[in-house]
Formats: sequence, C-alpha cells, structure tokens
Amino acid sequence: MSERSIAVAFEKARAEERALLVGCMPAGFPTVERSIAAMTAMVESGVDVIELEIPYSDPVMDGPVIQRASDIALAGGVRVADALRVVEAVTATGAPVVIMTYWNPIEQYGVDAFARDLAAAGGTGLITPDLIPEEAAEWLAASDAYGLDRTFLVAPSSTDERLAMTVAHCRGFVYATALMGVTGARERTSEAAPILVGRVREVTDLPVGVGLGVSTGAQAAEVGRYADGVIVGSALVRTVLDAPDEASGLAALRALSTELAEGVRAVRS
Amino acid sequence: MTAPPLTSGTAAVPDAAGHFGRYGGRFVPEALVAALDELDREYRAALADPTFQAEFDRMLREYAGTPSLLYRAERLSAEAGARILLKREDLNHTGAHKVRNVLGQALLTKRMGKPRVIAETGAGQHGVASATAAAYLDLECVVYMGELDTQRQALNVARMRMLGATVIPVTSGSRTLKDAMNEAMRDWVTNVDRTHYLIGTVAGPHPFPAMVREFVRGIGVEARQQCLELTGALPDAVAACVGGGSNALGIFHAFIDDADVRLYGFEAGGEGIETGRHASSITGGSAGVLHGTRTYVLQDADGQTQESHSISAGLDYPGVGPEHAWLNDIGRARYEPVTDAEAMSAFQLLCRTEGIIPAIESAHALAGALRIIPALTAELGREPTIVVNLSGRGDKDMHTAGRYFGLLDERQG
Ligand SMILES: Cc1ncc(COP(=O)(O)O)c(C=O)c1O
Repeated sequence: MSERSIAVAFEKARAEERALLVGCMPAGFPTVERSIAAMTAMVESGVDVIELEIPYSDPVMDGPVIQRASDIALAGGVRVADALRVVEAVTATGAPVVIMTYWNPIEQYGVDAFARDLAAAGGTGLITPDLIPEEAAEWLAASDAYGLDRTFLVAPSSTDERLAMTVAHCRGFVYATALMGVTGARERTSEAAPILVGRVREVTDLPVGVGLGVSTGAQAAEVGRYADGVIVGSALVRTVLDAPDEASGLAALRALSTELAEGVRAVRS
Repeated sequence: MTAPPLTSGTAAVPDAAGHFGRYGGRFVPEALVAALDELDREYRAALADPTFQAEFDRMLREYAGTPSLLYRAERLSAEAGARILLKREDLNHTGAHKVRNVLGQALLTKRMGKPRVIAETGAGQHGVASATAAAYLDLECVVYMGELDTQRQALNVARMRMLGATVIPVTSGSRTLKDAMNEAMRDWVTNVDRTHYLIGTVAGPHPFPAMVREFVRGIGVEARQQCLELTGALPDAVAACVGGGSNALGIFHAFIDDADVRLYGFEAGGEGIETGRHASSITGGSAGVLHGTRTYVLQDADGQTQESHSISAGLDYPGVGPEHAWLNDIGRARYEPVTDAEAMSAFQLLCRTEGIIPAIESAHALAGALRIIPALTAELGREPTIVVNLSGRGDKDMHTAGRYFGLLDERQG
C-alpha cells in the first residue's frame, strides 16, 4: 500500500470501529475558491475523505443535483487544471482527496500527464464511472507508474465473473453502486446494497464504499453497518445549491456533514 | 445459435469488444455492461435466426415500403453533368431511412421480452420513427428531447404524442440532442430490466454501432443490385450525409470491398469550419470519448463537448459513429463538410429539376455529390455515375426552407 493510498484512511476508520465518510463536491462549484471553502468546511465537520468531481459536459451517471452543480461550475469557466489546484488546497487540510471523473477530460489532458500531476498535487487516485477495466490499459499503466489508487465501479447487475475481474483491477477501495440508477438523494437506501457488498467481500479484502442515495445521518448509520465507506454526494451538493447565500450554504453543509459523521460513528450492531 | 463474425468488407471489424481500430468500444457505467452483453448476444442470435430475419424482411417490405427505388434523375443529371441515381429512402414509411433501424430494434425488443423502449431525438425524426414502431409493435415508448428542440420542432412533438409516445423535454446542459441522449442513458441505467434503449444511429457503446449497421445495411445491398440492373455496372461513387452516420453506413456497407467505388460522407459544415459553427466531427473535431464510444468529437481542450451548429437538425450532433472514424483513418471513405448555403442550394436544385423536396440532411449529400463531379470526371475521363442516398423527405423542413428562401407570407403577431 502506498502512503498516499486512501486505504490508510479506511484503516484508521476500521481501527475506530466505524465506517469512513466520503463527501463529494464538484470542483469549481460555484467558483473554485468557494468550492475549496465548501470542502474545507466538510472536512472540519467530520467528512473523512473528499471525492472531488471534475465537472463534465455530459455526466451520464449523475442525477439532476450534481448535473446542475456541474453546469454552474462549467459556466464559471472551471478547467481540469483548476481541479488539480483544488486537490492541492484540500489535501493541505489533512483529508485525502480522490478524484471522480468521466473519462474524456482525462484522455484529453493526457492520461500519463494527468496521473503525474494528480500525484504531484497529492491526490490519492481516480474513481472512473464510465471507464471499465477492459478499456483502461493506459490508466492501469499510469496509475502503476505514479502509485495512484484506481476505483472501478461494481453494480448489482455485474456478473460474478465481471465483479471478480473488476475488483481485481481496483486499488485503494471498491465502489459499489448500490442502486441501479443515477446519483441523487433517495428516501430509502437500497436492499441490493448489502448483497452487493457481500459479493465483493467474497473476492477481495479491499474496503468497499457504497454510494448513491444517502442523505441523512440515519441512512449513513445503516449503510455504515455493512460497508466500509459511506459515500454522499447529491445531498451535500444540494445544501450549497439551494442556499440563498454563501454563508447559509456553508452552515447547512456543515450541519449535514456533522449529522452524517455522527451517523457513521453510530455503534455497529 | 451464433451469428457469423461481424465484418466490414473483408476486414473483421468490429472486434469482439466493439473496436473499429482505435475507435468504438464501451465507455459506460458498469451497471449497463450486463445489458449491453445481453443485447450483443440477442441481436447476433436474432440475425442468425431465419424466423427473425423473415419477420424483419416482411415488416420492411409490407410496412415500411422497401426496397426503396433507385431513381435515375434525368433532369438533375443533365444539369449536373453526371449520371445521378437517387436512392429514394425518402419514400419509406415515416419519410426516412430511419424506419429500418427502429423496426429492427423494436422487433428485437419484443424478442427480448421487454415491454418498453426509450429513444433520444433531435429534430424529432428518430423520435417519430420510434413512436411509430412502438405503436406498430405494441410497445410503451418514451422519447427524450432537448427542451430547445421541443420548441423548434413542436409539430414532431405532436406527432409523437399522437402516436402514443410520451415526450420528455430535457432541461439539462445545452438542452439539445446530446443532452437528450444523456437523459436516455440515465433512464436506461435505472430501468434496464424492462427497457430497451433504441439508439437512433450507428453511435453509442458496443454493440449499438454494429447492430444498427446490420439493420440499415439493406440500403446499400439494394442500391448495389439496383445500380447493376439499371446501368450494368457499379457506380463510380456513393454519397451520403453524415450526422451520426446511419444512412451513410447503411449505403456504404455493401460497397466496402468494391475498391473502385469511392465512398463520400458529407458532414454538416454549418456556417463554415473556419467559423467554429458547424457539426463536422471528423473534419473539424478530434478523437475523444462521447456517449459511450471513442470517436471523433467536437470538444474543447479539456474534453468538454462543444455545441454543434447546422441548419439541418438531423446532422446537428457533436459526435459520429466510430466506424466512420475508422473508415476515415484507413482512407476507405472520404469525409468533407458541406455548408448550410451549399446544402440549401442543392435542396432548391432538386426541387426545381426533379419535383422532389429532400430532407435538408439529404441535401447535404447531394451538394457534396455535385461538388465532386468535376474532379471525378477529369480522373475518369468520362461522365461519372454517382449514387446519392436521399435519406429522407423534406416535409419536416418546410418551415426552415420557407424562411431561408423567403417563401412564407409573414403575418403580424
Ligand atoms: C433524413 C435524415 N437523414 C440523415 C439523418 C442523420 O442521421 P444519420 O447520419 O444517422 O443517417 C437524419 C437524422 O435525423 C435524417 O432525419
């Protein structure tokens, strides 16, 4: 395990007998500086790891909340290079930062160049929602060269064979998309999630993060009972999106982060 | 049951993972891979199944009205100085080549036991075709359409609703075709168990480019045979417009191994490549990933998709099917832009010489064909024979054409 690996954070949470809280935010939403302030507030309120999404014009895995935030960031002129600047700034707070990105921006930046610059900025690795291992030869090589984590997604529809293959290509942690569908807060968490996590555990010791749908502390506690990491996106982004001004947005973001952090610390049964 | 390997002429493309050289493949959420694998198995089995083939052929013949005519356009030919043969896909039911693809996919949907189809549409042509096939085969149909396009193409929205489809305006991103495609993908990820995504062209993740090609390649099979019967020889060139590329690939495919037949794809040049306002992904774009496949894309330096521009809504797409990217790179087909003005001039010429109002998309193919005549004549030392794919009819475009040529009696208010 490299020192930079997100697995270090997972181990720490495991030692504390709790799940890790991963909070997502698009880079440059609503501006680069304000996105850094938002992520810093999240870390100060108990979010363990920041998942930084690089805004993309065609985010097919994202629901309306993250789409809108991405559109706002892009309209503000955010560049891929800005995302690296955010990685550096947020890493300085002490929290690991993992990037979540659709593939085309990385391909255009240059896969090797991006891996080099991400490592230099202190990022842990990439979550790649539209890259499957079969198409990832260049990224496999670059992530090896720069010691970066790589997280591919598994889904309830993945066959056993594909699940084992996909997990074998992961480093750092495995991302279980527990619901068939796009990102977005949901009232109920998925019954498919624990089953999927169980299937992953049969083929790996890597930590498993569960995403899609969590919006409350109670849901975070529930997911934290069977998953190593609870990944929260839309609910956090919405606090900023819906706020009338920056100060109230940050306050709401802190409040929800705190609630979620308490959720993942609820005693495991 | 297994189908024979896929080929493009003698080249075995795509490979098993859907690659046409460096293009194609699958850039999709893992949640869709199982459905794409299922689709790949099912359509290959269907194509190898004589019952499916017979049913597809029957529907094309009895319902869609194929084989479409190959028409010797005498007056146009005299005007142009070349023998021009028009493949009359405009005479098909629903008025375009697209009916072939939707009937094939809708029939496959039935075979897979799925009750629902979804589709994306720009101008509404593919949406109307999908709604038609869904009505014909008793499937639930939901069409995603950019909000801007629903306003620009209100009549086609009504047409789809008339046919029983649900039209959902898409308000994200640029609110046009590419965003409609994103939204259809999101629907598919969520409802994949009971839904087939009826993609409207030879784009998207594997197996869509290969599968759609199989459903439309009858255009070229017919045209090749008809040209031999009509002229005793193969054409010197085949011309088609290229949006996503289905009508072009449909007519190219039967000619791939005929080395003497030149293949020309004409992209929408909009206001001109140099203005940046165009939809020529191959001529004016670069290699990238869009909508699940690697191909030529209109994009900025960060890989953000750029908006395309064309007077023709059906060509107004910032990507292109991966097989065209490959045919371009290996030099088997040539791709050139045709501007709005060139297309509209050819549009008018066909109306006046032949009494045929083409789709503005198809007018791009004709304009391109007219452009290549002098060089081709010089090269051959005789008058060339050119087959032009008249992919659709222009009824849907009369508002645009009426405004362009100042034919509408503008009233107040
Ligand atoms: C008549 C006609 N031709 C061509 C096209 C472009 O599509 P493709 O390039 O897939 O043939 C369209 C799309 O709507 C169309 O309606």
